[in-house]
Amino acid sequence: MKVVYLVAIGSVPKAALEWVEATIGEWCPWPVRRLAALDFPADSFDTKRGQYKSVEIMKAVSRSAPADATRILGVTEGDLAIPTLTFVFGQAQLDGAVAVVSLARLRQEFYGLPADENVLRERLVKEVLHELGHTFGLTHCAEGKCVMSLATHIGLVDSKEQRYCGHCGAHLVRRFTTPDGEKS
Amino acid sequence: MKKVWPILVVDDEEVMSESMAAWLREDGYRVDTAANGQAALDLAKATDYAICFIDLKMPGGMDGIETMMEMRRVRPDSSIIIITAYATVDTAIQAMKEGAQEYIVKPCHPQEISMLVSRILKLKKLQSENVILRKKISRQYKHHDIITKNPRMEEILALTQEIASLRSTVLIRGESGTGKELVARAIHYSGSRAEKPFVSVSCAALTETLLESELFGHEKGSFTGAEGQTKGKFELADGGTIFLDEIGDISGKLQADLLRVLQERRFYRVGGTDEVSVDVRVIAATNKNLPEEVKEGRFRDDLYYRLNVIEIHIPPLRERREDIPLLAEHFVQRIASELGKDISGISVDALKLLIDYDWPGNVRELENVIERAIVTSHNGTLEDGDFAWLTQRKQGTQSWDVPDVPLSELERRAIISVLERKQGNVKEAAMALGIDRSTLYDKLKRYEITH
Repeated sequence: MKVVYLVAIGSVPKAALEWVEATIGEWCPWPVRRLAALDFPADSFDTKRGQYKSVEIMKAVSRSAPADATRILGVTEGDLAIPTLTFVFGQAQLDGAVAVVSLARLRQEFYGLPADENVLRERLVKEVLHELGHTFGLTHCAEGKCVMSLATHIGLVDSKEQRYCGHCGAHLVRRFTTPDGEKS
Repeated sequence: MKKVWPILVVDDEEVMSESMAAWLREDGYRVDTAANGQAALDLAKATDYAICFIDLKMPGGMDGIETMMEMRRVRPDSSIIIITAYATVDTAIQAMKEGAQEYIVKPCHPQEISMLVSRILKLKKLQSENVILRKKISRQYKHHDIITKNPRMEEILALTQEIASLRSTVLIRGESGTGKELVARAIHYSGSRAEKPFVSVSCAALTETLLESELFGHEKGSFTGAEGQTKGKFELADGGTIFLDEIGDISGKLQADLLRVLQERRFYRVGGTDEVSVDVRVIAATNKNLPEEVKEGRFRDDLYYRLNVIEIHIPPLRERREDIPLLAEHFVQRIASELGKDISGISVDALKLLIDYDWPGNVRELENVIERAIVTSHNGTLEDGDFAWLTQRKQGTQSWDVPDVPLSELERRAIISVLERKQGNVKEAAMALGIDRSTLYDKLKRYEITH
């Protein structure tokens, strides 16, 4: 039986990992297991930009995947970016095994507002569902309320719902019924 | 199904091109990456990328600008977005001058790229829809419909393109069935009036009063049955073209009215007191010898000169026999597919027969003959036997073997034969028989001929 793994990169609050684990457990038909936290890879911090390189973090997550992993999701407090973009909320291999989600820009504090655990939890659940959806081959959805819709700023994360639309949901169900969620 | 647009990302740093590609793939695009300009051009030869993201600074080999210039040669329709790490006005200006559609400074906000890509693709979608629609319209009416390899006809086609955007009146002469309306449409749809109406009126089909009302419209109560104001063909064709077929058949009064419209571009509706102004191009056609009609006093010379600004004479089919095989094949393909018959062509013997025939009804007659042969044929190819009746028709026109039958039977047969030759056109048949139209109608009734 394959397993979906969850791994923290750097220090991540226990509560956040529990929310993520519960979310994956609710949606995926495979058992979810937590791995020991990883340190940030040595070359993953871009000192000029003061951000973490999403690609390097994904590589580290991929390296840590046990043999029985069908998917592995990394969670970090580090603010992630790629060379062409100022930031990414998360990133995933389309139809691949690895995804990563950053908590940095999901926190109210990032926007100069008081911390709000409920808001953080809701945003994190949406991001986890979104990145996992990519690993099962889903691309961005035109339905604004669908969790697979593209969010280029935090307002768009807040305006979507914690669910897949009928079309994306049906795609996932089909993938969940194939061995290890691979393409049939 | 959603169209998957292909996108190319060109950068010597793999981490940059791959991370960008991964981000775009999440958005549903098919994304390729290239590490240098040459690799990008090789990929572009095989794929027509909708968008190419090209990094400005690529050490060794071609830089971003050079890659872009080459890319524009290979794929002129691809939109190019230059990526640079430095926001300097000079590089931006140079990139745009060389044909970049956009310019981004990395790192940029995800929303900026997302909006840029969707804006470019929306435009591309509209452009491709526009190309398809335009092709559809021009395919319908442009000279593609006129099939020929005859030098005189090719000259006519070239002329239709040259005069398409002028407002000058055109007079098209040619026997029945030579395709006068097709030439008129080719002129209209090739020119600046193409998006405005093309209105066709057959002047011989209507009585004088009806034609007057048809052309100029009428006011309420101007004659019995005129219940409301109705626009005439001239008003309906405003901005476009009016095609007056069989202009040689209009009465003296209408000739005078038409002359006034051509001179002043203004007229009155029947029973009306307000002048109506129109911007209409007039294309007239006739199978009559108008100079002869002018000489005989049946057609106004001033109107003739007004109409005859540009004259096009379409040769009869017998004077361009080289077109018969081309046209025959075209009609076979079109009609067989319309009728759902599995007929692939015409045999050499049958073609010889068609080439030898004189075609008094011209292209229209050829089309009808092919249709009749397709309907009755049971073979995959039309053979000379399928056109046997044509040989009889030809012989009938050449010899005059009078059978021993009552005179009335001869008359009946003569009427049927002429009507057939004139494609059921009663007016032309009456002229050929040397009787007026009402007499011909009487005879048709008496001999119980349906046409």
